Amino acid sequence: MSVFHRFANPNRFLKLTNTVLPWVSGLTAISLLAGLYMAFFTSPADYQQGESVRIMYVHVPAAWMAMFVYSSIAFASICALIWRHPLADLAAKASAPIGAGFTFLALATGALWGKPMWGAWWVWDARLTSVLILFFLYLGHMALMNAFEDQERGNRAAAVLAIVGFINVPIIKFSVDWWNTLHQPASVMRMDGPSIDPSMLWPLLVMGVAFKLFYLVVLLIRIKSELIEAKLRKYRRALVDNA
Amino acid sequence: MKAFLNIVTRDLHLSLRQRSDIIMAVLFFILTATLFPFGLGPEPNLLARIAPGIIWVTALLSVLLSLERLFLADYEDGSLEQLVLSRASLESAVLAKVLAHWLTTGLPLMAAAPLIALLFNMDSDAFLILIIAMALGTPSLSLIGAIAATLTLGARRGGVLIPLLVLPLYIPTLIFGVGAIDAAMNSLEAGAVLANAKPQLFFLGAIFLVSLLIAPLAGAAALRQAME
Repeated sequence: MSVFHRFANPNRFLKLTNTVLPWVSGLTAISLLAGLYMAFFTSPADYQQGESVRIMYVHVPAAWMAMFVYSSIAFASICALIWRHPLADLAAKASAPIGAGFTFLALATGALWGKPMWGAWWVWDARLTSVLILFFLYLGHMALMNAFEDQERGNRAAAVLAIVGFINVPIIKFSVDWWNTLHQPASVMRMDGPSIDPSMLWPLLVMGVAFKLFYLVVLLIRIKSELIEAKLRKYRRALVDNA
Repeated sequence: MKAFLNIVTRDLHLSLRQRSDIIMAVLFFILTATLFPFGLGPEPNLLARIAPGIIWVTALLSVLLSLERLFLADYEDGSLEQLVLSRASLESAVLAKVLAHWLTTGLPLMAAAPLIALLFNMDSDAFLILIIAMALGTPSLSLIGAIAATLTLGARRGGVLIPLLVLPLYIPTLIFGVGAIDAAMNSLEAGAVLANAKPQLFFLGAIFLVSLLIAPLAGAAALRQAME
């Protein structure tokens, strides 16, 4: 926990961010290019789905990130409510639009894949519906955060909502096991090891890493800009007070 | 405990003095439900099949209508502040407000539901399940709604925000509420109605218990924030 408290200091965090950011950005670019190359050229076409299986390399990491970002928001909200870390609030605020973006990407790519495979852009199956609920939760979180004159109050209210809404994440994860659905069950994160062929697993994992790094980069940039904005506000107020 | 009962009786008194609030919710429920036969055509089999969905969706919307007032009046006239300052536990105060809200909206809706089922020509074997499902489901609606109502206190456009926050969380109740009645309507023998609908009713009960645990905690936390 002490490491945690150490970097809760905004100035120390800014310093760390500035040194880390170029490296993480470079890694993101490399892994994204490598992942896309593998997904397009080295991985085989599926014997049933043909070339459209390649949509999976964007769809699955995006869906992972949709749940991962929401879990991060819930975790940051718990930290914000218990320890009142200002950075935790900023992290939750900065994450929400990114997570909503990933969720939208997962839904959109799923629709593009579903039209040729299932014959419909959208089916009301448990996995799809619960991810749609997740998207609405993201929207509600963002709307609540910006609904108050006092930003502090908005952050707190949104934190409580994020924690309550976290119930949805395990439902999404297990919806394909609990209900007999059209959406295929998990083939990577399974107790008995992945059932997907290595020639498709590797591009998928590289894309997964790339997406996670991308989230980190955008998150750091967004937190940084929020911190700078807060600083600017402070200077401006000091200027007005002196005048 | 005494504070709990006091809040319940006070809220009940207030809403009984202004009966229009209770009547509005039920009227809205019945009126919106009667719009569907006009929109979809009066074919009896079709109406009987979609009746459970219509009843639940319109019940959800009627509850939604009344949510904004759940805490707003007390917030504006300052009695909520007194409540936070008093020694009574805020969690039980939230629970008391929710109970009063359910008695004045959930219960009337439950009483009006068979009327709509009758209008929609629903199978009379499923009426019992309809009542049980409403009895298990509508308290969850009030509980979950209380979370959103407390979170949006003092927000700009609070009334518009509540549906956005609450409807995603209402979906599980809707799914299992409709599922229970569908299962009852699809059972072939009259005696097997309850057995067929049992899994969905258990899910409704589970949702109720979980929201009974979460709503007072989240609601009290939100009230404290609103009063800071």
